[in-house]
Amino acid sequence: MPEIQLPASLQDVEAVRSVRTPARLDYTFTPGDATSRFLAGITQKKIIGQQANPDSRVYVPARGADPELGAATPIEVEVAQVGTVTSFCVVNLQFYGSGMEIPYTSALILLDGADLSIMHLIQEIPADQVRIGMRVEAVWRDDADIEPTLESIKWFRPTGEPDDVNVRIPGEIRGTGLGSWVGGVAPTELTVRNPRTGEGGTAEFGGEG
Amino acid sequence: MRDIAVISFAQTPARRSVPELNEVEMLMPAVHGALEQVDMTIDDIGFTCSGSTDYLAGTAFSFVSTLDSVGPWPPIQESHVEMDGAWALYEAWVKLQLGEIDTALVYAYAKSSPGDLPMVLTRQLDPITVGPLWADSVSLAALQARSLLDSGKATEADMAEVVARSRKDALGNPNAQLAWDRSAEDILAEEYHIAPLRKSDCAPITDGAAAIVLAAGDVARSKVKRPAWIRGIDHRVEPIHLGLRDLTISASTSIAAGKAGVADGKVDIAELHAPFSHQELILKEAIGLGDDTTINPSGGALAANAMMTAGLIRIGEVATRISNGEADRGVAHATSGPCLQQNLVTVLEGEN
Amino acid sequence: MGKERVAVVGIGQTKHEATRGDVSVAGLLREAAGRALADAEMTWSDVDAVVIGKAPDFFEGVMMPELFLADALGCTGKPMFRVHTAGSVGGSTAIVASQLISAGIHERVLTVAFEKQSESEAMWALSLPIPFTPPLHAGAGGYFAPHVRSYIRRSKAPDHIGMLVALKDRQNGLKNPYAHLHEPDITFDSIKESMMLWDPIRYAETCPSSDGACALVLGSEKVADEAAAQGRQPAWIQGTAMRSEPTLSAERDTVLPLGGALCAADVYKQAGITNPRKDVDAVEMYVPFSWFEPMWLENLGFAEPGEGWKMTEAGATALDGDLPVNMSGGVLCTNPIGASGMLRFGEAAMQVRGTAGDHQVDSVRKAVGHAYGGGSQFFAMWVVGKDKP
Repeated sequence: MPEIQLPASLQDVEAVRSVRTPARLDYTFTPGDATSRFLAGITQKKIIGQQANPDSRVYVPARGADPELGAATPIEVEVAQVGTVTSFCVVNLQFYGSGMEIPYTSALILLDGADLSIMHLIQEIPADQVRIGMRVEAVWRDDADIEPTLESIKWFRPTGEPDDVNVRIPGEIRGTGLGSWVGGVAPTELTVRNPRTGEGGTAEFGGEG
Repeated sequence: MRDIAVISFAQTPARRSVPELNEVEMLMPAVHGALEQVDMTIDDIGFTCSGSTDYLAGTAFSFVSTLDSVGPWPPIQESHVEMDGAWALYEAWVKLQLGEIDTALVYAYAKSSPGDLPMVLTRQLDPITVGPLWADSVSLAALQARSLLDSGKATEADMAEVVARSRKDALGNPNAQLAWDRSAEDILAEEYHIAPLRKSDCAPITDGAAAIVLAAGDVARSKVKRPAWIRGIDHRVEPIHLGLRDLTISASTSIAAGKAGVADGKVDIAELHAPFSHQELILKEAIGLGDDTTINPSGGALAANAMMTAGLIRIGEVATRISNGEADRGVAHATSGPCLQQNLVTVLEGEN
Repeated sequence: MGKERVAVVGIGQTKHEATRGDVSVAGLLREAAGRALADAEMTWSDVDAVVIGKAPDFFEGVMMPELFLADALGCTGKPMFRVHTAGSVGGSTAIVASQLISAGIHERVLTVAFEKQSESEAMWALSLPIPFTPPLHAGAGGYFAPHVRSYIRRSKAPDHIGMLVALKDRQNGLKNPYAHLHEPDITFDSIKESMMLWDPIRYAETCPSSDGACALVLGSEKVADEAAAQGRQPAWIQGTAMRSEPTLSAERDTVLPLGGALCAADVYKQAGITNPRKDVDAVEMYVPFSWFEPMWLENLGFAEPGEGWKMTEAGATALDGDLPVNMSGGVLCTNPIGASGMLRFGEAAMQVRGTAGDHQVDSVRKAVGHAYGGGSQFFAMWVVGKDKP
């Protein structure tokens, strides 16, 4: 690095090591069509899934495009308010802005009738007793506090039903080891069903789909 | 280089605000429109590349959810640039040069409506020396316009002529946001917005999306009667600091135009990404266009200016006019950064 | 038309730290780029084009920061390109840069990737509250920890595997002078006793947040041959690949994503690798949480499904194992997000060039660099070798 020669008038001035330049920008977000329809259901204490066509996956909450088809999801299907924990983690960290009492459990919950888990909190059970396969149900805020947000469901709690011990994450249902090499052979695109052409997938891999 | 052509182009109608749709919903008609025009699905595409930016969306990783628009399953070969879609097209063109794939999908989108665009764009400036001043994009463009006027290279009347012609041509563009028929004199009678710019000298703020399909050689010929072949494409950048540049010229555009081979033939049409009227005058000079070239028949950025997208649209507008026989050879230009900091030039040509 | 050969002829990186308060963003990039150019025995004017990669712009609070960095990176009058593919970006940036040469457009390309998370609040940048979007209750760890739990359940891996990975990578990091975390006193027990942040992920099994940059100089066959003639071994790029899949899909397997396996299969085919475990000499893979080592070993074809953890347990992935993994200390020691992928690619290149210093593995002929991003959905890989492809 070349030496920087300061003019005499600046030689005794303390060097600036950092500056703080706070910036604030305000945004007005719009949820879009699919999310608006989902949130409208929430205000009725209903959990509404959406599909692109009668044979495609039911997404909760739909985010605008079926991610396999790249298509809008006009079909609405009410799903159950009970589901199964497919996986979870116990959080011991006071996460910025969450205001949660620790430890708490954040879980992937596959609602009955939906094809993909939602992430939500598990409460009303000690964190160390939460299990994969546990059946849980939605606990809503008081009616007066229901707003168009998924947080109108405060958390999920155990239903007391027997565990679903065979539960798998959705991708695993459609083929354990789908993204790994079996017998030294790499999977290919045909390992999974192509939702547009119906090609690919086998009884072993993707048979359920 | 390998022969690569634009074979399909689709865009959403430009609007000031698209509040009823989120980004992926706004984008889907463009993506599917471009694919359907050439009877393709994502399964026929070898590589997908997109352009967008988080600062307009106001959220990190905003491009991740918009990838759902193409239906990337089974997994696809894909990339994203935090640049205008014209540069995404450049990346796809490079990838096609490797000879491993024959088709590519390029898309771009932006909703500027969630934020205050001129203020958002101040976050591009040097964060220590200029950013804290919140110098907005229109004011910076006005400084450039002042330089141009003071240099004697152009007059306010020249700028008003650009505005009058662009907005009148936009009447023929069903996707335009701002189109009208008014005389240059009428425009000159307007009050200044940020002097020497009048409101009419400035591009509108737009929400919109666009998509292009590229194909190589015989694949392109099999899909469309008259592919718009990319004969040259190049892009160059300059320092962001306005004090380090002669704002009355566009040195980076001139280099890119030279490398892209603009001067190798007659230019029938040019679509220039000039969000401010005086910038069209600078670009025309920098690219070396004569008066026999029709500039911005779509109305250009003055008719609609979706950020991250307007540069890609310029390429699509030229390609469409070549494919439908209106033109044989054309130039498309895209820009990024304050006062034409970074520029891309594409030369497109049809076969007879 | 066709594919020109490309090689890495210069590698540079910064000292990575939690806060590099001694340099600006431009200074950080020039530190890495200057070292890469010096390594390549080139100057700024030798560079034909610059390709920049970084993760979300909110990390530094500058929109499209390559624009203000253009002159600091010597780009005036040259092509400058900016890639953003989430956490895989450091890898995909290097791939985009290599294609500018393999397509025959340029001879010498500088590629730089960085993150200076201390300039802004990274946690804030990742959790801008969007009113109607379901909240992530605990950041990236809270997103990935359930996937790790799924892997453990599926593979029946014992609890200590994650801790073994953390111990190995932190010990490797001690040999790397550029690594952010240098923890000479770390032990298996200290990892075990560290706080369980996102059960099953402990604090000591988690990557740090770093300021840092990495730069590579890529050259055409002619440029690389000249370097070789002067005794500087090029790292020849024998294959590159990228794959993407959706974040929230009912079809995909988030533990062993198909996109990752397809990416590996593609890049191995290009590099003539038929038996990854045997044909590859060293691997730098993107492991931000320790359990991702066994998961990626399976995803990238080094182990059968459910068996990856046995390689870790047997010491196969140690510096003296038969498939050393993350010789540099990996993401667990150093994580400037945008640069993390390029650091993986760069370490693979250093290994085949024989310039990895104390973390050099003996006689590496072929090495793999791997990066992933988003919700385990964006993948970038390359294979570099001593031999011309």
